[in-house]
Amino acid sequence: MFDALASLLVFDLLGLSAGDRLGAALHFFVADTVKIFVMLALIIYAMGLFRAMLSPERVRDYVRGKPEWLARTLAILLGAVTPFCSCSSVPLFIGFVEAGIPLGVTFSFLIASPMINEVAVVILAGILGWQLTLLYVAAGLAVAWFGGLAMQRFKPERWVEDYVWKIRMGQMQAPAADHSWAGRHRYAVNEVKEIVGRLWKWVLLGIAVGALFHGYVPEAWVAEYLAGGAWYTVPMAVLVGVPLYSNATGVIPVAEAMLGKGVAMGTTLAFMMSIAALSLPEMIILRKVIRWPALALFAAVLAVAITLVGWGFNLIA
Amino acid sequence: MKNIKVLGSGCRNCETTAKLIEQAAAAKGIAIELEKVTDMAAILGYGVMSTPGVVIDGQVVHAGGVPDRKTIEGWL
Repeated sequence: MFDALASLLVFDLLGLSAGDRLGAALHFFVADTVKIFVMLALIIYAMGLFRAMLSPERVRDYVRGKPEWLARTLAILLGAVTPFCSCSSVPLFIGFVEAGIPLGVTFSFLIASPMINEVAVVILAGILGWQLTLLYVAAGLAVAWFGGLAMQRFKPERWVEDYVWKIRMGQMQAPAADHSWAGRHRYAVNEVKEIVGRLWKWVLLGIAVGALFHGYVPEAWVAEYLAGGAWYTVPMAVLVGVPLYSNATGVIPVAEAMLGKGVAMGTTLAFMMSIAALSLPEMIILRKVIRWPALALFAAVLAVAITLVGWGFNLIA
Repeated sequence: MKNIKVLGSGCRNCETTAKLIEQAAAAKGIAIELEKVTDMAAILGYGVMSTPGVVIDGQVVHAGGVPDRKTIEGWL
């Protein structure tokens, strides 16, 4: 449906051809823009209607005081369904520390939450199919589990800023939610406005990059350098991806274009994960609560974990 | 007069929230005392981890995300 609409606009109305570079890129851009934004609005509205989104305060309550393996499992699974704006990472970090949750578990949460979320998962399945989506989710969960575990070994507590330990958190009386249908509808519409308002730039940027890749990168070049899954393509993808920031949803069209041209799956997944999981801006925000050695380690641990996962997938495929 | 605090580390959503509350109060002709709380210890002291949060007369009424207009009018 979306492809037909894009064909109508780009090929019939503008008179471009599918074999043409500009035509191919524009077609990709139009089809993906319509498809992704329609899906975004629908999913967020549905989630809002059922008030299905968890708050970090609730996650903290569930995770605190559990044995470490259970705390880590919960942090990762709940992290995957908790919408999380990187602007909240500082209060979240402090809140977890104050609850006595081990730092390694908090790191697991910080890895899982931006990388996997229900909105990105539904869109990923809609665009790249559910098999690849399952692989991405499994890979993300594994990276979050082992990444947090590895961080714990370095005893990152010693790098936490002193003031963090002194903060005492108050008890919040959770405000009662309006459960009438009118209230739910209002809440859901507001969620759509807020989340789409926050994400649209990243999504458009991702679609534009994907469209350029789709239209202008020659298949022969991809086949020669990126398709075989040569070992060095994975760490290269990770090194490029780690400092870059985009939202998990924004990465999807880029991955779509890469896979479409035949880039190896492990390389593509590693690229996606490294962009979504960590970024320079996020590190600068986290610097307020923890010192550079811990952040450098965090980046290194993640890069290694994602590289291993990428190699694994390239081996299987 | 209601004392309203917007909790947030100065991110854009927090600014938007403060502005929305100001506008809603002005439209209704209600005098409020609006305060922006950016100190982390104070924010967490209210038990809020997801910003922006809104506190009215010492009571947390909202946390996480920009509240919609109707909700704000309900508080006032």
